Amino acid sequence: MSLIQTVDVGQSYDGRDILKNINLSINKGDVLAIIGPTGAGKTTLLRILDLLEKPSSGQVYFDGVEMSKPKELQLQARRRMAYVHQKPIVFTTNVFNNVVYALKWRHVKKSAIKSKTEDVLELVGLADYKHRNAKTLSGGETQRLAIARALVTEPEVLFLDEPTANMDPISVSKIEEVLAHVIEKKKTTVVMSTHDMSQGQRLARMIGVIINGELAQIGTPIDIFTMPKSKEVAEFVGVENILNGVVVGKEGELTQIKVNGCIINTVNSFDVGEKVHILIRPEVIVFSLSADATSARNILKGKINSMSTVGHMVRLEVDCGFSLLGTITKHAAQDLNIAIGKEVYAAFKATAIHTIKRYM
Amino acid sequence: MIAIWQGFLKAIQLIVTLNPEVLQITGLTLAISFSSTIIATLICLPLGSLINFNNFHGKRTLINLIQTFYSVPTVAVGLLVFLLFSRAGPLGFLELLFTPTIMVIGQVILISPIILGLTISALSGVDKLAYETAVAMGASRVQAATTVIGEARFAIYSTVILGFGRAISEVGLALMVGGNIRGYTRVITTAISLETSKGDIVLSIALGIILISLALIINFVLNRLQQR
Repeated sequence: MSLIQTVDVGQSYDGRDILKNINLSINKGDVLAIIGPTGAGKTTLLRILDLLEKPSSGQVYFDGVEMSKPKELQLQARRRMAYVHQKPIVFTTNVFNNVVYALKWRHVKKSAIKSKTEDVLELVGLADYKHRNAKTLSGGETQRLAIARALVTEPEVLFLDEPTANMDPISVSKIEEVLAHVIEKKKTTVVMSTHDMSQGQRLARMIGVIINGELAQIGTPIDIFTMPKSKEVAEFVGVENILNGVVVGKEGELTQIKVNGCIINTVNSFDVGEKVHILIRPEVIVFSLSADATSARNILKGKINSMSTVGHMVRLEVDCGFSLLGTITKHAAQDLNIAIGKEVYAAFKATAIHTIKRYM
Repeated sequence: MIAIWQGFLKAIQLIVTLNPEVLQITGLTLAISFSSTIIATLICLPLGSLINFNNFHGKRTLINLIQTFYSVPTVAVGLLVFLLFSRAGPLGFLELLFTPTIMVIGQVILISPIILGLTISALSGVDKLAYETAVAMGASRVQAATTVIGEARFAIYSTVILGFGRAISEVGLALMVGGNIRGYTRVITTAISLETSKGDIVLSIALGIILISLALIINFVLNRLQQR
């Protein structure tokens, strides 16, 4: 049985749909990252799951119990969960007392309060700050305090709304360290929203993509990033080469797709005549000066239109009859003597291409 | 100027010599003002929380109405209380008119809109996320509301100070429903009013100085508490 389940959950404000038909099932110990563009409904979904907000439609089940009422039942459920806001606020008292609140509200014995609070402050690296006025903490420290307040009750479910938004890399690293500890050692069920897709991949075992209030796709990080189900998901997860094509032939396990006059070999089950999008991640494209340099099924000749350096990589835009974006290392770019206007061969395997149905 | 100076000297003399009548008047003034402030606070704090933390039809109108009563004239409240508690009034059977109790009741009615309205303002001034954070941390509605009250404590202290100031300084109500009975319902403000009408300006000034000093000391103490 799922720990948390939503059935056709929807939310609307002033007639505007924020969430539509969300069906989720989260088991004990799951770590789910909700990703999606700003305003997609991630925070609203987390708030509904934490029972902070009542959905306009649908049901939320916690541990098998439907949560629409009564209030006492919701309080009991909420006390088994914890929620960390994107921009947490601290209460006007010291760091120690900020953490103590949650325990006092649960009538935890005084003797246990001190040790639990000190332990959790140690975990988040704020042990030395316990007597400090919480209002004087930096953004990263405030976030860690908010996480400490959430963890001190040893929740079964931890909800995190953009836990590292607008933070410096050191604070991000510290918070991720704490979260990794909670996930691995405490086996806490974690549901987090994040705009940082790499963070989602680092911490989560499952990723849900919300676009325009709909759960567009849910799956493992590999599923989401290599096999997006729709063009919208593909665009959001950073697939830069999304090409429109039509299936023109089948040959064994290969499917030939015509893209702007070029034939591209792919592996999929689409039938001849079907309209498709083919998705090629830039990192799977290999550039060379000769067509013989690779055994890949797809070798396209093209001219470099533009190039830019990003860190130790060089991004190339090659005109192969259609625009194709790829990346190579700086070292490889030097070896190939890459320059704008130069002709290169772009090669990629048929199996490296993901194909999805095109509706228009 | 001479009268003010004489009043000042007289005030010192009355205080230093522990004049029994002045002590009795001062004690009664403080007792009535403190009682009414405490009672009004005990009523208005939960009521203000209830109004602030709940959304209901007409909330804005109710708050506007409460704010309108901030400046209700003391004599208007005095008249209302007088009519209610006079022998012919609906609560006349309680026989409270011209007693310190009715003065407390009157002052509670007078200062409640101020304490209630400013409590609502103080609570609504706290970041909305404070209540939600408390709820998300597992607080019940009452626990969350108490936490927000704690966050608004400085503004609420100020509200209570303001209410106390209004109570201790009012005169119309005390005269109308207390009757300014010597040794029983005479408070500093009614005593000043009486002595001035009798032409004893020096005693009026002395009592005025005592009243201001009292207000000053009480505000100072409350402010120190607020800073802790």
